[in-house]
This record gives sequence, structure tokens and C-alpha cells, in this order.
Amino acid sequence: MINIKGLAEIARIRESARIVALTFQYIEPLVVPGITTEELDRRIAAFIVSHGGRPAFKGIMNSAGVPFPGNSCTSIDEEVVHGIPDGRVLEAGQIIGLDIGVEKDGYYGDGAQTYKVGAVDPLKERLMRVTREALELGIREARAGNRLGAISHAVQAHVEAAGFNAVRELVGHGIGKALHEPPQVPNYGKADHGPVLKPGMALAIEPMVNAGGSAVNFLPDGWRVVTADGSPSAHYEHTIVITNSDPEVLTRLPEDG
Amino acid sequence: MTKEAPIKVDGVILETLPNAMFQVELENGHKVLAHISGKMRMNFIKILPGDKVTVELSPYDLSRGRITYRYK
Repeated sequence: MINIKGLAEIARIRESARIVALTFQYIEPLVVPGITTEELDRRIAAFIVSHGGRPAFKGIMNSAGVPFPGNSCTSIDEEVVHGIPDGRVLEAGQIIGLDIGVEKDGYYGDGAQTYKVGAVDPLKERLMRVTREALELGIREARAGNRLGAISHAVQAHVEAAGFNAVRELVGHGIGKALHEPPQVPNYGKADHGPVLKPGMALAIEPMVNAGGSAVNFLPDGWRVVTADGSPSAHYEHTIVITNSDPEVLTRLPEDG
Repeated sequence: MTKEAPIKVDGVILETLPNAMFQVELENGHKVLAHISGKMRMNFIKILPGDKVTVELSPYDLSRGRITYRYK
């Protein structure tokens, strides 16, 4: 059952998602060689709290009941998602995926960006660009009347045309009163499959793309997910709401265009 | 988020209800309302009280299920 949100609910999701977007704007210039992921995480949490929100990932349980220790996910190079902030120092040439969730007044916003640490090699540059484009193409399909599979298919087609692979074991999700709501939004699939999209549905669309194969390993800490072949992986995510016309991207600030 | 597959559990049919719905008692003692998968309907697989079946449960609503297999 996919929840249809009313205008008042969407306004609250919009506010939480706006804090997510502001946090990315604040943290991007701080992603430089020499900073630890712990320090990034601490600053992200402080920024969210100062804007009246709560970091939504802290303490969230995985299926085995292990709480996530950080406020945000910091995933370096071959780490796909759910990287745990720790004392690791960022080095030039790495890429880092930051995944940030905010809860305010009972509603959630969720977004992710991948940033370069200093200069990176052309493969990582291209991986980041293709993943970002795949997200945009997926969002473009998030229209009333389309099936959910249209989003999945657009992402998969773009990623594979570039010679990369979308991860199968991780998916986007509905969002609203809970961080994760139905439906699951895979990054692969057929365009004419899945439920029909309706105005008022809020989705977090998040392509996770590996430069190598799509296979991933789940590490014993219960959270970190890494590419099986050690290739780098990029991750972008936006919270969007389906409308009667173009989808509204809630985790993007108006000035970003 | 990590993909969540439907949970598969075995159970026994307690009662047949209208509209091809069934009351199923699962191995863990829970009772759920379940319907037959379309593939089983297409192949005219009949289900009677007492039959052992496999039920798929959505992680979101554990009170309803979908019967995907009938043991011989």
C-alpha cells in the first residue's frame, strides 16, 4: 500500500528535505583531503540539529537488529552505501558518498551526493557523472500515470549504456512518516511493471552504480556494503513528490537549478 | 535502503473462505489471511483444509499473505 500524501504532509516532507539540501550545501566545501569521516559526520549532525531537525539514520536498525552508529553514511570508493563514520582520513583521489536523512515534525527527507576528494581519475569522474544523469533520468519518469518500473528502467538503461552496473540488492523507497515506506524502488527493471504512480506519492530515488560488476558484499559489521570486485561505486539520491505535472525534487535548493 | 524480499513461511490451511481466500496457521502459530498466487490459479491447483502450503508475507503487513506453493 503506497501512501498518498496530502498538501500538509508534503509541506512537512519538503521542510525536512530542505534541511537535507542545506546540509549538503554546507558540507560540500568541507570534503577535502585530511578531514576524517567522523568529523564530517559530527558537523553534519550539528548542522541538522541547528536547523531544528534530527539526523534520521542514528540508531536505525538493520534486519539483524544492529543500530547504525553514525548520523550520516560516509562511503569511500568501493564502499557502495552505509559507510560508517570513523577515524579514516580522506585522501586526494578518493570519492565519498554522503547519505543524509533528516526527520522534523515526524516527517522525513533523504538525499545522497558523491563528492570528489581533490582531483580524481577519469573513471571516477565518469562514474559520478553517469550516476547523476541516471538519477535525473529516473526522476523524469516519476510522473502520474507511469508505472514505478519506468523509473527503474530509465536508471538501468542509462547506467548500462555507459558500461557500468546498478546494484540489485539495494533499492530506493517511499518516504514520509517513516524513512522507509513502501514501495521499494529498484534501479533495474521493466518500464511497464510495478504499481501505477499517482500524485501525492513521495519517493526517494537512489541509483547506486558500480564501475565494475553489480555484485556487492555485506560486511560483518551489519552495515557497510562494498563492491565484490573492489571497483569504485557512486550514489546519488533525491526525495521527490509526484504531482499532476513535473515531479517536485524536494532535496534540491531552488538556486541549484 | 537494503532490499527486503517477502518472508516465506510454511503453514497449514485451517479454513477456506470466499473469494479464494484462506485462513492459514503458520509454523510459528500465527494465523494469517492468504490468497492464492495467480500462477497457482492458472494451473488450477486446488487447496483444501489441512494442506501444507508455503506463504509469502510482506514485511509491511504480517497479517496477510500469498500462497505460493502447496506441498503434495
